[in-house]
Amino acid sequence: MDELEDTYAPPPGQAEVVAALRAGDERVFEALVAELGPSMLRIARMYVSSRAVAEEVVQEAWLGVLSGIGRFEGRSSLKTWIFRILTNRAKTRGEREGRSLPFSSLEAGDAGDDEPAVDADRFHGSGRYEGHWTSAPSRWSELPENRLVGKETIGVAQDAIAALPEMQRTVITMRDIDGFDSEEVRNVLGLSESNQRVLLHRARAKVRRALETYLEGDRS
Amino acid sequence: MTGIWQRIRGRNASELTCIELVELVTDYLEDGLSDRERLRFEDHVRGCEACTNYLDQIRETIAVVGRIEPDDLSDEARAELLAAFRGWVRD
Repeated sequence: MDELEDTYAPPPGQAEVVAALRAGDERVFEALVAELGPSMLRIARMYVSSRAVAEEVVQEAWLGVLSGIGRFEGRSSLKTWIFRILTNRAKTRGEREGRSLPFSSLEAGDAGDDEPAVDADRFHGSGRYEGHWTSAPSRWSELPENRLVGKETIGVAQDAIAALPEMQRTVITMRDIDGFDSEEVRNVLGLSESNQRVLLHRARAKVRRALETYLEGDRS
Repeated sequence: MTGIWQRIRGRNASELTCIELVELVTDYLEDGLSDRERLRFEDHVRGCEACTNYLDQIRETIAVVGRIEPDDLSDEARAELLAAFRGWVRD
């Protein structure tokens, strides 16, 4: 299917999962849907106009998985294979809806090349300390207990992610919420290593900034 | 022992500033720096409390984000999928 797969070794347990699916094991199917469903939904959402349509795309993709699993040869990871089916369906559906592909927005500044991780005014602009912090980041570990793990703090992070450009939002969600590794994210989204990293970098930096504002109040 | 001038020159040539370091944090955490770059990065962090705190904040940010519950398919969609699976098993 593609050149990456020549040296590919499937993750442990994958053969068993595939065999269980083929044998009609309902629990394995449900577990897989529970594990991959959230990310599939999010990715489908990038291509189509609404959550409801995205959900339909995810369902269609699973039907595609079932009809294809008999021919699955294990030359890529099951996860990658499933997501490839998903993105194909989502693209087809998005094209029918007349939507432009999400990657066009990547060029339109999603990668944010000029966007600094930290506001430039946090650093000395000239003089002996040029490029050094004017006001140092504080130690969050010294915050009152439970501040960092509180529901409200998590809500602030969630809002910050919701406000991100689409590709940044997708990458940080897949990496830091859904637990995909960088190679999986690159395969699924068709991103280069450096693009994936830039998107993750911008996204995490913005969430950090939102948390800083919330945890420390207005610094000025 | 290196001479003071040599040390200053070495500093100018290779030492990162904080504003440069913050842009390398993700490359560092993703293991995307060359050995030389990684040493420069770690040298700076070791000597800079502000950047140590910044790096910690990024790690803490990742941990906070990791506590967000993933969005999920609706119960109806799950039920339909299970029904489809059962139908597929029967056929």
